[in-house]
Amino acid sequence: MADVAQSQVSQGHTQGHAQGHDGETRRDFLTLTASALGVVGLASAIWPFIDSLNPAKDTLALSTTEVDLGPVQAGQRLTVVWQGKPVFIDHRTDAEIKAAQDVDISTLRDPQKDSDRVQEFQGKKQTEWLVVVGVCTHLGCIPLGQKQGDDRGAYGGWFCPCHGSVYDTSGRRRDGPAPANLAVPPYVFTSATAIKIG
Amino acid sequence: MPVTGTGRASRIIRWVDYRLPFVAMLEHEMNEYPTPRNLNYWWNFGSLAGMILVIMIVSGIVLAMHYTPEANLAFDSVERIMRDVNYGWLIRYIHMNGASMFFLIVYIHLFRGLYYGSYKYPRELLWMLGVVILLLMMATAFMGYVLPWGQMSYWGATVITNLFSAIPVVGQKVVTLLWGGFVVANPTLNRFFSLHYLLPFVIVGVVVLHLVALHSHGSNNPLGIDHRGPQDSIPFHPYYTIKDLFGLCVFLIFYAIIVFYMPDALGDAQNYIPANSLQTPPDIVPEWYFLPFYAILRSITFDVLGIPSKLVGVLLMFSSILVLFVVPWLDTSRVRSARFRPIYKWVFWLLVIDVITLGYVGHHPPQGSIVTVGQFATLYYFVHFLILLPLIGKIERPRPLPTSIGAAVLGSAAAGND
Repeated sequence: MADVAQSQVSQGHTQGHAQGHDGETRRDFLTLTASALGVVGLASAIWPFIDSLNPAKDTLALSTTEVDLGPVQAGQRLTVVWQGKPVFIDHRTDAEIKAAQDVDISTLRDPQKDSDRVQEFQGKKQTEWLVVVGVCTHLGCIPLGQKQGDDRGAYGGWFCPCHGSVYDTSGRRRDGPAPANLAVPPYVFTSATAIKIG
Repeated sequence: MPVTGTGRASRIIRWVDYRLPFVAMLEHEMNEYPTPRNLNYWWNFGSLAGMILVIMIVSGIVLAMHYTPEANLAFDSVERIMRDVNYGWLIRYIHMNGASMFFLIVYIHLFRGLYYGSYKYPRELLWMLGVVILLLMMATAFMGYVLPWGQMSYWGATVITNLFSAIPVVGQKVVTLLWGGFVVANPTLNRFFSLHYLLPFVIVGVVVLHLVALHSHGSNNPLGIDHRGPQDSIPFHPYYTIKDLFGLCVFLIFYAIIVFYMPDALGDAQNYIPANSLQTPPDIVPEWYFLPFYAILRSITFDVLGIPSKLVGVLLMFSSILVLFVVPWLDTSRVRSARFRPIYKWVFWLLVIDVITLGYVGHHPPQGSIVTVGQFATLYYFVHFLILLPLIGKIERPRPLPTSIGAAVLGSAAAGND
């Protein structure tokens, strides 16, 4: 192989173009392999700079939040922070649970049963606790409804003041431009009155 | 050479070039730019300096996304970069050691210019722009070193800004203005961060001028004689693009060894202690690339003609760089390359040894014989530029110059046939 390549190069000097059997030169081969190696090297050098923009270790360390539900009375709503986002915790009254369960989900834009939006503890659905991420699925505003006297919209859940999306007592989108229900974050009951989000 | 061809791509390029001659300019500067055919590896360091400038700007911009320029948070934010940010340690070590690499490359580039007389007619402005870049680099490096807000950052900033207190009458007012307070503190850190981000882009601007000046008369070469015709030059691309890329690969291996295996070897351990405005470290030493100048500053321990030693030291330190501006006129020899200058060739190496000696002196505490050695080395530095350089040009008999680059490289017969 090496001898063949050598003779091609010496031909190249005299003829100007070192032609191989199928019209490719040793120089083409070297250019191609060197460029390929250069591209791989450059890409692997760029990756650390891009990855450094991803969440850092201390940011990831803030990705779980533990909440004591004990003091929250039925009918009260609590806002906690998880990954920098507000999470709405609603200790729902029986009327609110019934309203959420009685909806015909085929009428919803994002059909989901209320029972799929609450978590179990020791095999039993904890229907009185609704936990949703308090970020409107339209363009990221925080809906009203957590404070006394807030406008909760026509379905008694939440109402987004930015563009008028309306959510029911299960946090499902009922009206307005929002494409989806308020997201249910990953969480587990660590006891009957405590949850860990994230 | 206009772009030819009828494909879609070349039609688009022609459309753009007619309105914004970018590709035509690249073509002109890369393919048509005639480069002396005899450049040796010392000519790699200009393009290397450009590469490391890009590396410094890219890594610096990413670091600035993670850094907090506030006196109470700066140190912790740097430690967060080291521990928590993905690859933060790598990016910071690239940037930190990149400063050392930048100076190493630029000092070699500068001494290459001194050896081969690259500062002589018609390249005086090219040389002076280079000195401007060096001054900007020094300011940038100094302010960058302050940003981690460790002990050396803090006390380095204190010492260097206090240089300006040597100015008669208004010195202390100037220093207060630089600090934005009565000591180095948060306002100082904020303005240093702002300037540290700004100055690299000023450097880019001066580099562009440096290149425009370079391309008006082309590179000097090891023989120091002008191009006389096509037999003397080869196109920059592909010959020197390949040679520069090869040099870049070798340099990157060296750089990577430092970044990965000895990242703190060039730094000072004191700078991993948070800044404390009430406690000076036992030994203040600047980064290695400032040591020769620091030695000149410290070597003046006596008043000169009634001028206080402090002011003389500061003036000499700044003069040691400013003298480079007038080197094209201090050197009276018409021959560029030291290859043909039997006396200057040796005196050049004495200057190299002198600068290394000054660096050694700057690294050690100013006690005993170190002070004396520093004083003689300082004296010799200025004797070289102010006395030897003008004098040697007058008394030296240069060796005969080759008739052309082509003749010297290819032999006179080949050059004649071309």
